Amino acid sequence: MVRAEPVMGTVVTVDIRDEGVPDAAVDGAIAWFHEVDATFSTYRAESEISRISRGELGRSDCSAEVHEVLGLCAEVTRRSGGCFDIHLGGGLDPSGLVKGWSVQRAAEMLQGSGARNFFIGAGGDVVTRGRPAGEQRWRVGIRHPELGDRVAAVLEAGDLAVATSGAYERGEHIVDPRTGRAPVGLLSMTVAGPSLTYADAFATAAFVMGEEGLAWVAGIDGYHALAITADRRMVWTPGMEMLLLRATSPPG
Amino acid sequence: MPSAMPIRPAATLAATAIGVVLLFAFRTPQAAPPATAVTTPATSPSSNPTPTATPSGAPPLAGSSPTPTATPTPAASGLRSGTFTGQTYSDQYGNLQVQVVISGGRITDVKLLQYPRNEPQSSFISSQALPLLREEVLQAQSAKIDAISGATFTSENYAASVQSALDLARA
Repeated sequence: MVRAEPVMGTVVTVDIRDEGVPDAAVDGAIAWFHEVDATFSTYRAESEISRISRGELGRSDCSAEVHEVLGLCAEVTRRSGGCFDIHLGGGLDPSGLVKGWSVQRAAEMLQGSGARNFFIGAGGDVVTRGRPAGEQRWRVGIRHPELGDRVAAVLEAGDLAVATSGAYERGEHIVDPRTGRAPVGLLSMTVAGPSLTYADAFATAAFVMGEEGLAWVAGIDGYHALAITADRRMVWTPGMEMLLLRATSPPG
Repeated sequence: MPSAMPIRPAATLAATAIGVVLLFAFRTPQAAPPATAVTTPATSPSSNPTPTATPSGAPPLAGSSPTPTATPTPAASGLRSGTFTGQTYSDQYGNLQVQVVISGGRITDVKLLQYPRNEPQSSFISSQALPLLREEVLQAQSAKIDAISGATFTSENYAASVQSALDLARA
């Protein structure tokens, strides 16, 4: 069962390989994404986030979801030494974490409905569970930063979360909170690990850090990173090495 | 100076190891010159205005102009068949030059003519990792991939365009 839904300014794909997962489970996940969009969108004037930004809603009055997300954002800000910051430009923009968090939650919902083998993709953020078929493993391509229809690397995984931050798509403008400028040095930073909530935010923070972000991610238990540098190198941490699809034939 | 980062000291950085390969950016040939300079970082994304980020600002070496060794023929993918030698680029790790063979619109081989050596001062470069990319470049075109991770498409126009395509697909 495959469902693609335009929501959150992107398209969310839910691909369930198990038989017998009720349609209602997928409907529930899709409804969840629309709810997240309505609550967190910085493009919607009436969203909770927009109202907090304008000072119309106090943080003590916000919903449990917003409270949770703001807490998670503060945690990543602290752990990244300020390389992840949702308070830029005077407003509030937690979108560097919300998408990953919402997909992670949706994956948990689907698992609660009995789904065991599926993936969810949302604008470049991916969660995989179980297996695509038989004994195969999920293959997650890491987009080539300059060629939209190509991948630069392929990861193989069972249960995994993968998020990539970069400056190559219009619409995403990552700013280094320390300088107020766009980071230089990297074209993209991919982070893989157990939770997409953190992978998404860590990818944003590590992209800001540049190549140093690799060492930062490597120091976080369970998380791995792969960077594509502006001078066209691909650099990755030892943990990522285990996920990279390797050639089956010897080079020559 | 940037504020202090929570980066572990050098020991951890070294232990982090970090494999490195060069990333090939193969491009659709332009009208002229007739060869594809495989590693040319000519059109960096406009949203990535990094004058310091091109290969250390090093211009292509003299005498390393692209040399097509086969008659290019158009293919459906926009890639012409032939063997194309890229320009040489230099950075602090050394020179890099590749040759790409294209057949039937697909890359069928990538040869490293020059590549950075694993010198002590460039310990993050793994020379063993370089051939890996060659395999992966080839595999990327044929491996069955379930999902793609990339920087976010987040624009209302994008979503609207996808929606219209979905509408057509349903019609």
